[in-house]
Amino acid sequence: MTWTWFHRLGSPPYVYALARRLTPWFGWSAALLMLAGLFGGLVLAPPDYQQGDGFRIIYVHAPTAWLSLMVYTWMGVAAAVGLIWRIKVAHAVAAACAPVGASFTAVALATGSLFGKPMWGTWWVWTPRLTSELLLLFLYLGYMGLRASFDDTQRADRASAVLAVVGIVNVPIVHYSVVWWNDLHQASSLTLAGKDTIATSMLGPLLVSLLGFTLYFGAILLVRLRAEILRRERSAAWIREALA
Amino acid sequence: MSGCILSAQNLHLWRAERHVLRGLSLAVRGGELLQLTGANGAGKTTLLRALCGLNHLEEGQVFWNERDVREDREGFHASLVYLGHEPPLKADLSGLENLTFWAGLRRRVTRAAVLEALTRTGAGEFAQRAVRTLSAGQRRRVALAGLILAAVPLWLLDEPTTNLDSRGQELVAALLDAHLAAGGLAIAAVHHRLAIEPARVRELNLSA
Amino acid sequence: MAQSPPPLTAPLAAARLVITRDLMLAFRRPEQLLHPLAFFALVATLFALALGPERATLRLIAPGVLWVAALLAALLALEFLFRDDSQDGTLEQYALSGQSLTWLLLGKTAAHWVLTGVPLALMAPLMGYTLGVPAAASLGIMLTVALGSLALSFIGSIGAALTLGARRGGVLLSILILPLAAPILIFGSRATELAIRGESYLAPMELLGSIVVLSFTLAPLAAAAAVRISLE
Repeated sequence: MTWTWFHRLGSPPYVYALARRLTPWFGWSAALLMLAGLFGGLVLAPPDYQQGDGFRIIYVHAPTAWLSLMVYTWMGVAAAVGLIWRIKVAHAVAAACAPVGASFTAVALATGSLFGKPMWGTWWVWTPRLTSELLLLFLYLGYMGLRASFDDTQRADRASAVLAVVGIVNVPIVHYSVVWWNDLHQASSLTLAGKDTIATSMLGPLLVSLLGFTLYFGAILLVRLRAEILRRERSAAWIREALA
Repeated sequence: MSGCILSAQNLHLWRAERHVLRGLSLAVRGGELLQLTGANGAGKTTLLRALCGLNHLEEGQVFWNERDVREDREGFHASLVYLGHEPPLKADLSGLENLTFWAGLRRRVTRAAVLEALTRTGAGEFAQRAVRTLSAGQRRRVALAGLILAAVPLWLLDEPTTNLDSRGQELVAALLDAHLAAGGLAIAAVHHRLAIEPARVRELNLSA
Repeated sequence: MAQSPPPLTAPLAAARLVITRDLMLAFRRPEQLLHPLAFFALVATLFALALGPERATLRLIAPGVLWVAALLAALLALEFLFRDDSQDGTLEQYALSGQSLTWLLLGKTAAHWVLTGVPLALMAPLMGYTLGVPAAASLGIMLTVALGSLALSFIGSIGAALTLGARRGGVLLSILILPLAAPILIFGSRATELAIRGESYLAPMELLGSIVVLSFTLAPLAAAAAVRISLE
């Protein structure tokens, strides 16, 4: 029984219709939760005793940073599925994820830098988190660049899928090597120890915000996935019916 | 070696968005040559590469001796040799060095055996000269010696007579004759029909 | 055909044949081996030109400069790992040889390291000396660069295979490989720094070693998949 469901997920028309039905659900619940999280973070939660209101950017920074990694994982899994079982829809999912993940990474970098400015006095410091995020951004850009360099969609899909899978293996290695590197060259003024313990009053809105951003990713992914399917299947017969 | 059979059922293949192979089926037995004919772009090379497993088939299966080739890809490849448009000879090495390497990848081979194969294809005189110094026809003769050395039942040839004069074309026919007589099978994409005993030859026109 | 044909060549023997052939081919055109070395020297020189001849400064940045230069030179050399074989149909024949493509590519990459990484490692202390590094650190520099370039060759082989036939493959290769090469750079330059200071560089070398082991077991698999994709 579960296999037929899985098989149907490999069919572009089915996924297209499913995505269209699910998008409003994801979209509205995302909007709701993001607003709630932002309200909780910006208004309800107390200011950090050390950093004051500047700390509040964490309600955007933490979710986007977490998502930048989650989207990469999602992209890698979809790519692996497409590679192993040759399922075109999986490749479409991976292709749709990439720019979204890259954007989240860029936002995480920007907000991380905003977050650090009051504390460090400069816009950029090579902390483990920011350095890892920067390398992750390059991984995304490399993936997108590889895709763009092939005219043949199938070849682009399969080559970038290999890259995504290799990337997944490497992300933990890269991250830990950056942490090691940072510990090594630890300048005393750069400790971020204060961020580790978060009061429960701050945790609530943070989790709500996180969930909201995740649903937002889901909504965006569904929209992009439909566009991606349209582009790939443009000469297929079912498109005309679906768009009628 | 006789008793080998290569068969394919309902092959579908797309190249970019062109439906090149549409439900093609074929069977070739030991002692038979299948000639693929058709205009340029009809899909002769594509079919050969699909049978090898290089091009991915959207649909359809290829069977070698009744077994699906996807089950044992390396075993299937060990039973075939594919000779494409451009023989993969390194310009800086001699014909002898090139073939010793290629044959050696499959099984251990003696220098004498390589030289003998090169002599059989008329490449003995220039076997030890760098390939860079050889003409296209001479390189083709070196490459043909590789077929003999491979010692495999299935030959997949893409325009084997390219760059060869009439004596060279007779050579190809003679090699194929010997191969088929020993029970081997071959599929060759050709522009001009090969001069082989008609009883052993079948044709598949891909433009039709 | 033969009475009973000799046994099929084992994967390791096939890999050895590939290594021998690639080495033989390279020595027929030895000039090509100099290009990465010249590039390495050039990049190190550029840093010196840009930062001034003050010995103390140069000595401070020496480990970083050596590694960035080595990394860039290795990237340059990687473009040629599969290019010739892809163009003349050798890779296609490798995929059809009945041999494990993974082993064949492992052989190719190993040969590539011997031809590019080892010379870089031998040359590194020389450039280090021009940057104010004491000659006593030569062995340490050679070992660290040798090990790091080995890992680089293997990780780079994946990128080289993926960009076969891609537009502007060279620049793309750099963008693909550099993030993946960050750990090598981090551990390698640390090891070189310690070697220059005369301290024990065992810890970063062990980390580097584990990356080497990981890359030479997994990278040929990924590279083989990428090569097959390029042949489709």
